[in-house]
Order: sequence, then C-alpha cells, then structure tokens
Amino acid sequence: MSEDDDRSPPSDSVTTTDSCFSKTQTCTSGSTSGSGPSSVPEFQAPYPDQVLENVLENVLCFLTSRRDRNAASLVCRSWYRVEALTRSELFIGNCYALSPRRATSRFTRIRSVTLKGKPRFADFNLMPPTWGAYFAPWVSAMAKAYPWLEKLHLKRMTVTDDDLALLAESFSGFKELVLVCCDGFGTSGLAYVASKCRQLRVLDLIESEVSDDEVDWISCFPESEMCLESLIFDCVDCPINFDALERLVARSPSLRKLRLNRSVSIGQLHRLMVRAPQLTHLGTGSFRPSEDVAHGEQEPDYVSAFAACESLVCLSGFREIVPDYLPAIYPVCANLTSLNLSYANITAEQLRPIIRNCHKLQILWVLDSICDEGLQAVAATCKELHELRVFPIDACEDSEGPVSEVGLQAISEGCRKLQSILYFCQRMTNAAVIAMSKNCPDLVVFRLCIMGRHRPDHVTGEPMDEGFGAIVMNCKNLTRLAVSGLLTDRAFSYIGRYGKTVRTLSVAFAGDSDMGLNYVLEGCPRLQKLEIRDSPFGDAALLSGLHHYYNMRFLWMSSCKLTSGGCQQIARALPRLVVEVINDEADEDMGNFVDKLYMYRSLEGPRDDAPKVVSIL
Amino acid sequence: MAYEGDLNLKATELRLGLPGSDEPKKQASAPSIRSNKRASPEIAEESRTRSNSSASIAENGDRGIDEPPAKAQVVGWPPIRSYRKNCFQTKQNDAEGEGACMYVKVRVDGAPYLRKIDLKVYKSYPELLKALENMFKLTIGEYSEREGYNGSNYSPTYEDKEGDWMLVGDVPWEMFICSCKRLRIMKGSETKGLSCL
Repeated sequence: MSEDDDRSPPSDSVTTTDSCFSKTQTCTSGSTSGSGPSSVPEFQAPYPDQVLENVLENVLCFLTSRRDRNAASLVCRSWYRVEALTRSELFIGNCYALSPRRATSRFTRIRSVTLKGKPRFADFNLMPPTWGAYFAPWVSAMAKAYPWLEKLHLKRMTVTDDDLALLAESFSGFKELVLVCCDGFGTSGLAYVASKCRQLRVLDLIESEVSDDEVDWISCFPESEMCLESLIFDCVDCPINFDALERLVARSPSLRKLRLNRSVSIGQLHRLMVRAPQLTHLGTGSFRPSEDVAHGEQEPDYVSAFAACESLVCLSGFREIVPDYLPAIYPVCANLTSLNLSYANITAEQLRPIIRNCHKLQILWVLDSICDEGLQAVAATCKELHELRVFPIDACEDSEGPVSEVGLQAISEGCRKLQSILYFCQRMTNAAVIAMSKNCPDLVVFRLCIMGRHRPDHVTGEPMDEGFGAIVMNCKNLTRLAVSGLLTDRAFSYIGRYGKTVRTLSVAFAGDSDMGLNYVLEGCPRLQKLEIRDSPFGDAALLSGLHHYYNMRFLWMSSCKLTSGGCQQIARALPRLVVEVINDEADEDMGNFVDKLYMYRSLEGPRDDAPKVVSIL
Repeated sequence: MAYEGDLNLKATELRLGLPGSDEPKKQASAPSIRSNKRASPEIAEESRTRSNSSASIAENGDRGIDEPPAKAQVVGWPPIRSYRKNCFQTKQNDAEGEGACMYVKVRVDGAPYLRKIDLKVYKSYPELLKALENMFKLTIGEYSEREGYNGSNYSPTYEDKEGDWMLVGDVPWEMFICSCKRLRIMKGSETKGLSCL
C-alpha cells in the first residue's frame, strides 16, 4: 500500500522542473533520460507540466478503486501528487498505521473516510477495554483539514460523545455516519448528530455499544422535512420516544432503510410500516406485542402492512419474536434477497413455510434452533444463496448441538452458488467439509466453528485436517478462512501449499508445533490478517515470518508459546513494525510466555495513547 | 467424561443437593471475568494426549443429574459477541421458567384473555399493583389489613401452593412470590367475601 512508502509528502507548488524530470521517463517528452537536472530550458518546462497534471487529474478522477489509486501513486512524483489531490475516499485499515496529520497532509480533498481500529478479537473480550483506537485525534485533525467531509465509516473505534459533538459542529455538509462495532458514546452523542447535521442522509449504528444517557435523541432531528435515507439503530439498547420516531418517519419521504431496536413492539412497527411502504430494508424490532396491549383490542393487519411494502428486499430484527407472528411476512418472501433471523429462536417447522417462498434469497442469517431440518429446507429452496450464517443459541461447549454435518452437507448440495459461510456447530465430519469444497467452488469465505475445542471428526475420530485441506485446495477464490476442531500441523501444511489467495486466517486451539505457523507464513503470500489464539506456536515460528510482516495489516497471537525475547527480536529486526505485548495483570502463572501479541506495520512508531497494560517493544 | 489433568475435587465432594446444581449458577453470574490463564497449558497437554475433551459448561445449570460440574470457562470462546450470548441466556431462563424469572398467569374478571407477568421483576407490592393497573387499565385501590382493597371495584387475589385463594398483600412479599402460582383480579361483590376470611 502506498501509505507505506518513504516518500515525504511533496511540496504544494505545482510546477517545478525537478518534479517530473528526476525520476522516470514517462513524464514528458521533453525530458532527457532521468539523470538529474536536465538540459531542457527551464522557461519551457512549466507549461507541459501543467497540461500533464490537468490531464492526469481528469483521468485519475475516474479511478475509484483504492488499489488502483495506490498503484498509480507509485508511478512518479507527479502522479503521486495528482493522485493525492484527486482522491476523495480515504480508507485506513488500521488507525495506528499512520497519524491523522500524515493522512491529512497528503490527501487534501477527502470527502469520505473509512477508519478501522481494534482487531476482531477485541469483540470477544480478548483486549483490555482501554486499549485504544480513539477517534478523538482523527476527528480533530479532520475538522480542520476536511471541512467538506460528507461520509464517515468507523469500525471498532472508541468514539466519545465529545467526538460526535465536534463532528456535528465541523462538517456542515455531513451526510453519512456509519458506526460498526464502536463504543464509548451514548444517546447524548447521537443527539448532537441528529440536531446539527442538517444534511444527514444516513445514520447507521451497527453492533455498537451505545450507552443510555436517557436523552431523547430521536426528538433531536429537525422538524422540517428530512432527506434521511437510512436509519439503523437496532443495536441501541434503550427505549426510544416512539411518537417522535413516527413523526420522523412521516417527514422522511426518502427513507429506504429502517432498522428498529427491540423496544419497538409489533404494534408500533405496524404504524411505521403504514407510514413508510417505500422501505427496502426493514429491521422489525422486537416483533412481539407490547406488555400493555389491552386484550380484546383488535390486532392490526400485519399481513397487509407487509404486502404494501412492495420494495422490501431485506428483512431483519425479530429480536424477541413471538413465532405466531412470523407468517405475517409471507407477502414479502418472494422478493427478499436478505433475511436475518439470527435473533429468532424458531424451529424448523416455523421456518419452513417462510423459507419455502424465498426463492430469491441471497443472504440468510439464522440460529441453530432451526436444526439440520431447517437447513435442509433452506437448501431445497434458496438456490441463489451466496451467504449463510448459522449462529448458536447456546454458545458453549457441549456434546450435543442442533446442527451438524448433516446441515452443512445439505446446504452444500442445495446452494451451489454459496460464497460465504459462517457455521457454528458442536460436531462435524471431514466428509461434509470436503463435500462443500467440491459442491461450492465459488467459496470466498469459509468459517467453520466447531465449538468444542480440539474436537475431531465425530464419525471417524480423525483430525479435521482433510476437510480444511480440501477447502483450500478446491476453492480457488478463497480469501478468508477460519479453522477449528482438532487440527494437526498437516492442516497448516495444506493451507500453506494451497491457500495462495488467503488474506485473512483465524486459528484457535489448533496445531502441534512451530511448523504449523511456519507453513502458513511461508506459503501464503497474500496473507494480511492473521489471528491466532491458544495454539502451540513459539518464537521460531514467529521469526519465520520476518519476510512477510510488512505486507500484513496485523498479526495477533494470544496464549501461544511466545516469549518476550522472541517478540523483542522481531521488534529489533523490523523497525516499522509496532510490536505490542499485553500481559494480563497479576499473571505469574504464565511464566515466560507472552499473553497477547499484537503487531502491525506503522509509519509512526510506538503510539503514545497505550494503557499501562500494553508494552510496546 | 473424564477430565485429564484436572483435579476434579468437586465431583467427589459430599454435600446435600444434586450434583452440578450449585457450581454452574455461580459461574453463570461471572461468565467472562475468569481469565483463561490456566486453560492454555492444559489444553496443550490435552491435545497431545489426543483426548476428546468436551468441556461441558453448564451455564444454565440444571442440565440433569448425570452432567459433570462445569469446567472453567474460556474467555472469548466460542467467538460470539457478548451481546448475542446474553440475548439467549436470558431467553433460555424464560423458557425454563426457573432461575431469573417467575412467570404467573393473570386473569381479570370480565376480560377474555389471560396475561402473563414475571413476578421477579417486581420488588414490592406497590410495584406489582402499579404494573397490574397499567397493564389492565384499571385501578385497584388502597390495601388495608382489615378491609382488603378499598376505593375501587377490583381486588387482586392469588392462588397459593396449597390451592387456596388469598388476598394479595396479606403475607410478606418474599413469602408471596414463593407461594404465588397465579393471579386473579376479582371484580365487584365477590371481593368483599374474601376479605372477611
């Protein structure tokens, strides 16, 4: 990625003779082959430069992919500069890879920023809560550098109410705020955004922790007609002012996406649906009647309300579903491309009549309460399915579980176009995984979580090596892999040999020795994100990846066999790598082993906002 | 399942009560605070001996007499976000009707439907009565020991474990929630009869 190159940000002056002439021959026809200050008369030089740069600007505007832009910026200084001037979307995969100042100095005309903070294992309480990924320095820098900022997309960042207030004050044309897996703020922060961002089109809060400051943020939206297109707050776990929400929906004619939280009852949902039949994405809230529904009162016609939503393609919610109400969604099933029932504890019998109509379904998230039978029903109808996630209702290690290799096999046979799967189960066989590798060759994401640690193939008693081996062998487009169950080094040798396109790998409780990690680090040239926990990989294995760590976004290893000596060696060998070691307090039992290692490439060196529990080597 | 490498003293401990019936509850109250400090070296050993260690973690307790007591929970495993985990733990308790919740049916005289409420949610009689008033849109009036409920047509009564119908408020709250099987909000003249008992 070109953010890493050592070039200092070019000067602002546009026409200097040395800019183009010093490096390559692609710049202008008038240059001599670049060997220092040329013999071309200086008074002629500015004009071709300017034309070229104008041409470049106009051409580079069409480049939208950041990979293309990164490549273009490496051509020469002129291209670097023009690319920086024409880039409008900034993507930063690790907020500590560079400083806000460096980003804003290089890219001056940014309209949209995507910023990611903590690694994924932070979601599972593996990181101290004060670890970092603070949005504050970013919003301060952007407030000055990007007054025309329109979109902000944050993932796993700590955002405070003050940050949101500053955001709301600083960007008058602000249109889109998307916060995924973020924390640190509450309804007071939302109130700032609602009241001050007058051009707001999108406010999406996804799987974020929002504290209940008892502020009625829904009422803070301006009273006039709004251009709101998307309002997603299903993760906000506090009651809301429903009447205010109803009025908001009524004055937002462009609203297409609405995902309610579980404080909204099905009766209230009905009222909103009647006001907004143009919705394309709906999160239904609790999908149960409220406690104080007076009995004897006629229940609204939910079926008609759904039937009126002719554009509905994405349905989610069902946070506290009373299954009797599920049939109300029949009218929209035939059009649905995405259905999220992952909070709905329903049986196969309850699912079947619904799923039977979902011929166009592409994305399905469910709970394992539907059992293998439910998955068979899915496989029978959903021929267009390309993403499936099966979550466990009972997230613990047990010997029985409602879904197994039977469900996986059925899906592999019925849903040949599958590209992405996340499957939690208690037992699995190699045969079913191998079948999936052959039946679903388009798989891009394969994440299998056998919840019992070190559990082998429950029919043959063998490790799960062959199954995962088949996946990397047969799925030529595979970029993301998560492994589980009993795995020996052999599984890793398969991954190293065949997993040439793998970019993200998650490993837990697997492997026998250093060789396992070695295979992966030497065999997978595209590897960018590697997260490992509780596996017997030590310093030697860690050192075998020295050639590759600068190409990676990060490496996470916890409860492995790393010593601080080994980590020190890495830190010394690779100065541009930040090597963070986190040892749980009062942790004498671990002896010499490092508890958690998190390392990532960075242009800035050690950060200054790390908590005490983090040591940066 | 045998536990290699784990001194399972709890299993041989002599005590009153069903095996496995108290330890899991303690753990359920502090799920992810335990660190996995010890888990890691043990797991490494177990994998070398290739034992099929299915650590049976009884988070909800009461799995049955045959279940061995729970092993230490591993932080962050399985990899489910806590929000999702917590959603279903409470739901499971609801379904089983034990542990954190206590649902009883409520009938109001003259109404066609029954309702259910969770008594554990309330801490005292006034709270409960207020909730009933809100739920059914009626007023219940003031309780007095001698005269029952004054000031309205409605009196809350309950059926206790012995099958007797009692006036709500006659016994201390703790005793009430242990013995209440169902509620009935009686209307009109019938209530006068009860309060005289």
